[in-house]
Amino acid sequence: MILDGKAPTGDIQTSWDRARFDMKLVNPSNKRKYKVIMVGSGLAGGAGAASLGELGYHVDCFCYQDSPRRAHSIAAQGGINAAKSYPNDGDSIYRLFYDTVKGGDFRAREADVWRLAQVSNNIIDQCVAQGVPFARDYAGYLDNRSFGGAQVSRTFYARGQTGQQLLLGAYSALSRQIKNKTVTMYNRREMLDLVVVDGVAKGITVRNLMTGEIESHWADAVVLATGGFVNVFYLSTNAMGCSATAIWKASRKGAYMANPCYTQIHPTCIPQHGDKQSKLTLMSESLRNDGRVWVPKKAEDCDKYPGDIAPEDRDYYLERKYPSFGNLAPRDIASRAAKEQCDDGRGVGETKRGVFLDFQTSIDRVGQPMIKERYGNLFEMYEKITDEDGYERPMRIYPAPHYSMGGLWVDYQCMSNIPGLFVLGEANFSVHGANRLGASALMQGLADGYFVIPYTIAPYLASLTPGEVKEDHPEFKKSVEDVKGNIDKMLSIKGKKTVSELHRELGSVMWEDVGMARSDASLKNALQRIPEIRDEFWNNVNVTGGPGELNQQLENAGRLADFLEFAEVMATDALHREESCGGHFRTEHQTDDGEAMRDDENFCYTAAWEFKGAGKAPELHKEPLKFENVKLAVRSYK
Amino acid sequence: MNLTLHVWRQKGPQDKGKLETYPANNISSDQSFLEMLDDVNEELIKKGQDPIAFDHDCREGICGMCSQVINGRPHGHEERTTVCQLHMRQFDDGDEIFIEPWRAKAFPVQKDLIVDRSALDAIMQSGGYSSCHTGGVADGNAILIGKPVADYAMDAAECIGCGACIAACPNSSAMLFTSAKVAQLAALPQGEPEAKKRVKAMTQAILDEGFGNCTNHYECEAACPKGISVKFIAKLNREYLKSLVPTSTES
Repeated sequence: MILDGKAPTGDIQTSWDRARFDMKLVNPSNKRKYKVIMVGSGLAGGAGAASLGELGYHVDCFCYQDSPRRAHSIAAQGGINAAKSYPNDGDSIYRLFYDTVKGGDFRAREADVWRLAQVSNNIIDQCVAQGVPFARDYAGYLDNRSFGGAQVSRTFYARGQTGQQLLLGAYSALSRQIKNKTVTMYNRREMLDLVVVDGVAKGITVRNLMTGEIESHWADAVVLATGGFVNVFYLSTNAMGCSATAIWKASRKGAYMANPCYTQIHPTCIPQHGDKQSKLTLMSESLRNDGRVWVPKKAEDCDKYPGDIAPEDRDYYLERKYPSFGNLAPRDIASRAAKEQCDDGRGVGETKRGVFLDFQTSIDRVGQPMIKERYGNLFEMYEKITDEDGYERPMRIYPAPHYSMGGLWVDYQCMSNIPGLFVLGEANFSVHGANRLGASALMQGLADGYFVIPYTIAPYLASLTPGEVKEDHPEFKKSVEDVKGNIDKMLSIKGKKTVSELHRELGSVMWEDVGMARSDASLKNALQRIPEIRDEFWNNVNVTGGPGELNQQLENAGRLADFLEFAEVMATDALHREESCGGHFRTEHQTDDGEAMRDDENFCYTAAWEFKGAGKAPELHKEPLKFENVKLAVRSYK
Repeated sequence: MNLTLHVWRQKGPQDKGKLETYPANNISSDQSFLEMLDDVNEELIKKGQDPIAFDHDCREGICGMCSQVINGRPHGHEERTTVCQLHMRQFDDGDEIFIEPWRAKAFPVQKDLIVDRSALDAIMQSGGYSSCHTGGVADGNAILIGKPVADYAMDAAECIGCGACIAACPNSSAMLFTSAKVAQLAALPQGEPEAKKRVKAMTQAILDEGFGNCTNHYECEAACPKGISVKFIAKLNREYLKSLVPTSTES
């Protein structure tokens, strides 16, 4: 089937304004009759729930943590982009739009990216009004820094904790609406099913994580803002509880999964140590503003103390390969370059999977206190984890799974192919194409939550009678039975392997075969291994405890069970996409100097997969992509 | 290294809990404290026993979910560190480690090391915001905020809401937590118009939620993983006093 994203046509610069005007509105006194479910309380979910509540809709908001303030958006460090052009360095909405389309390697929908760039400025104003303490200069003006993939300074930041501050802003707005009783907050609930009635999303089934109770919740529309799926790799920079479960449950009910092979491997993470590690820690890409990336030129120097390696024996490979962007090359390119150096035997550190990030040049130029002012908390974090002082000797970094550009397919209104199911933020696929630029995730989350969904949900709601289907509908009862049945099944296996052992096994297959570089052979191997691990899970997992209690093993088991189905679609997508673009690198498709080679003739489309049952091949639907404003070109950062 | 753990085990909110002893063997000094507990839990699962329940999520020291009292100190003995960022190199082979949940009337234990911290959300809901609407706000540079003020607000805003300050306080006072939000918003021009209303509402919420009062022990600052300063409590007290004095524009 050919999918239609229903994006506005014609002049891109007026596209969002025209679309907004054409959208039906819901009369203020009618809004309170509608109930909207928001799953997730991060930047997209928190901002969306607060904004919809303020408009007058009744919102039920769900999160799995003990408070909406803990969503993983909180861990974003570096900053948020906006086209304010305060530094007078040539930025504009058009340039942010252009950079994002190009940075995404021409695999995003142009109109969605334009809208994102256009509302980016409103986001900064909104956050300032909430009391977000962005960095400012002595005269009192907002400060900016640079991020990868851009030649302008457009990133706003709050020390190394920008995500935290923006999330706390959204959480404040949400708290205000909870007090005003327009939003009802359900903490410690995990969505375990989407309830679809006659093809339309009408509610969710959740598990109360404290009591084990399975609850039904109805709504006139369901919005998922449940984040990304890179914990499929087991080791990633995501929080331990991040999972594909909500979007996967929706996928099982018919929502299409778009571009799941587009995963971002972030270049500046702390290298793995030992085999007992539970997660990887990212350090903000902003470090690349002042850090220079290098490895020794000669393999025999790799074990030397870095300070003893002479300048002429160092290979500043990003500066060498990409002179115009240098250390600020986009993430996918910087990550692959690091892998190349290590594959070439010139990696550093215990495991030899690491490269240096060296601040000496900047310390000599601006002094250590200035570097500390800019990145103090990151240096502290690095030292806690590695026991090394980043001021004294270069840090060691290595790429790690960080973000998923892919996600549920949505149209321009952020609605999936299931009417009434909307998807926001990292959980959808829409704006980042095949690669996300730094400081754009925060921008998208807040754009979707504050300035997109409040408009785009209205035409859908206006088209229906509120409260038509409630929890007494048989579909809700059936859903509860299915969820309970699934839980009982997992608990009854009582096998020999723990959930985390099986998750590690899946993660190692995904990292080796569906990671930074993928080939026909590796993907076919993954497609053989994933069902084997899934079978072992359903026959040999040991989940302790019972269903009707706080049971963290059961929570993890459910998430892993979903990853084990999702992973297959991800590998299938990677195998079908016979080109390299952005975060998806197929070793068969590269230029002579190892750069990604796109195939616009055959693959200039979004791949949206329809689930057909576990172990069955999913069905491919395509949404062709048109580039009318940014000309399709080979992405060059040289 | 090999360690002996004494861990608080409690089946549910209504049950009586007690300390149980477990060995933690072959622990690497590079592991984090929570990774050490993961190992212990894997052993327990293999033996068919119920693993230790504990709250955790981001494991990079920012979400505020992890909450354990280690050898009598919230988040352990290392300064300015959450449990998830506490590494085993801070311990020695043969150590005995006592692990307990946050202890406070307002934080009832749910299971093992997991407590209910919704009282902190209630304090925030009472007034921890600037009541701006989505959209229709001024340009971010329309109101200038000098760097020292922005820095002061940021120092306060770094609070991760973990509740260690309350667990450390002999009175289980939520003063440091509340003062950080009051101070952040009172210092900024965007929060100033509602400063009086906010400080009254938030201090009332502290009492309503069952937290104790502040008697200047400063244990909170010592335990805070983000190093939030008690100077913000002084700021809260000043803001509270100011709120008692009517101005000419108030009836």
